[in-house]
Amino acid sequence: MKCEVCGKNTATVHYTEIINEELREMHLCEWCAQQKEALGKPHFFTAEFLSGLFDASQVFTEKQTEKCAQCGFGHSNFQKLGRLGCSECYQTFKEQITPLLKRVHGSSQHVGNVPSAHKGIINVRKDLSRLRQELKTAISEEKFEEAARLRDKIKEIEKNITATEKSDNESQ
Amino acid sequence: MNLNDLITQTSEWLKGTGAHSDIVISSRIRLARNLIGATFNSRASEEKRNEIISLLRPVIKSTDSLRNSLWIDIDKLSRLDLQFLIERHLISHELAGGEGARAAIISEMETISLMINEEDHLRLQTIQSGLALMDAWRIVNKVEGELADRIGFAFSQEFGYLTACPTNVGTGMRASVMLHLPSLVITRQIEKISQAVAKIGFVVRGFYGEGTEPIGDYFQISNQVTLGQSEEEIISNIEQIIHQIIGHEENARQFLLTRRKKQIEDRVFRAYGTLAYARRIDSNEAIKLLSTLRLGIELDFIKNLDHHILNELLIAIQPAHLQKLNGKALTAVERDIKRAELIRKKIKK
Repeated sequence: MKCEVCGKNTATVHYTEIINEELREMHLCEWCAQQKEALGKPHFFTAEFLSGLFDASQVFTEKQTEKCAQCGFGHSNFQKLGRLGCSECYQTFKEQITPLLKRVHGSSQHVGNVPSAHKGIINVRKDLSRLRQELKTAISEEKFEEAARLRDKIKEIEKNITATEKSDNESQ
Repeated sequence: MNLNDLITQTSEWLKGTGAHSDIVISSRIRLARNLIGATFNSRASEEKRNEIISLLRPVIKSTDSLRNSLWIDIDKLSRLDLQFLIERHLISHELAGGEGARAAIISEMETISLMINEEDHLRLQTIQSGLALMDAWRIVNKVEGELADRIGFAFSQEFGYLTACPTNVGTGMRASVMLHLPSLVITRQIEKISQAVAKIGFVVRGFYGEGTEPIGDYFQISNQVTLGQSEEEIISNIEQIIHQIIGHEENARQFLLTRRKKQIEDRVFRAYGTLAYARRIDSNEAIKLLSTLRLGIELDFIKNLDHHILNELLIAIQPAHLQKLNGKALTAVERDIKRAELIRKKIKK
């Protein structure tokens, strides 16, 4: 089994964790488990500790030369500041940021408030997952006509989402 | 309203009202937001910082919830004024000690304050008296909504509100509650509680937040996780924890009353005596004794004082406040004398 945080090393530490009353099974490699334990201690929000964490987490080592196209931010800046250069950096360094966020927050997916401008697309996504569920049911019940109708509808929505996201990215 | 008017008023959150105000001093919600497409502050040139301010200024000035608020150019303030705003919990150490164009906006009664060009482009906070996180959230969310409708903030479907530091990303929200827990300190349970709280994703800090040691039995508890939970979930989790801590403090108070009554009574009246008669007192000693006196009020040993006077003193005895009150710069020794005078005057009433 691979480590849930880094996805590279073999998971050797297995335990159950309670994050805000939710039970979760964790399978981590020794390195990530140590990092996590250090984060569990109080008073960790000091700049020193954060930059230490970023240094040690090897987050940027693979793409040390990569720079954010918008602000020119790269590995050495992150080491020095423990902070990102601009909102685009989250996209540029997505692969490296995601495990880091999992380590700090126990998650990498936002579920809170959404600005009104983004609400439309989120509702569409919810529709999409509902339709996919309906499609599964239709297939399992051998209602193939219904399934074909659902499949076409899903395809159409997916096409729209891709188009919207593309224009969003261009306008930013 | 100008900056010097603040000295004559008591911040709303110090009034000692609201739920559980015998133990909970205040509830605070802070949101971190950044403008779309602009470089974060740690890498922004002076020109860019000025741009952020000129972009936000007209929007903030014409926002309904912020009518009649005070706009302060932080980079033009004296050290004394900066310290004064920090002591009132209106700005952070980081904003005060930062570089380049920075601003703070303070609403009437000091319930809402904004910081521009701190770690993020915009930080919004509200502080309420007593345990009132949901109210605080509604207030700050309303202001945020009014601003967001007109300028828009950097947001991604996956990571939520994008912040300079990955520890704030997602909701960008920090909810914190300031508690007075003298009985848990006396009965030596506070260490265990701090550790337990830290294990489930919350942080315990001192009176002035990040990087400060607790003094005078005042503790701030806040969420550490900002991603993967909604604002309401975070608030309801922290409120549950706070209710439990309140229960422990109440039990410890009961224990002290039934098992250590004379010992605590003696401690309270010694503190009262020192505060009522001292001619020189430094701020550490004053905060510790005021904390003991507050416990004396809660345990009903002291009947002629109200805890809002002690809340007020907690801020008024700080160095910059003493100097503003006296209208001139004071040396440390002079401050100790003025501090003792102020305390005598307030608690002898």
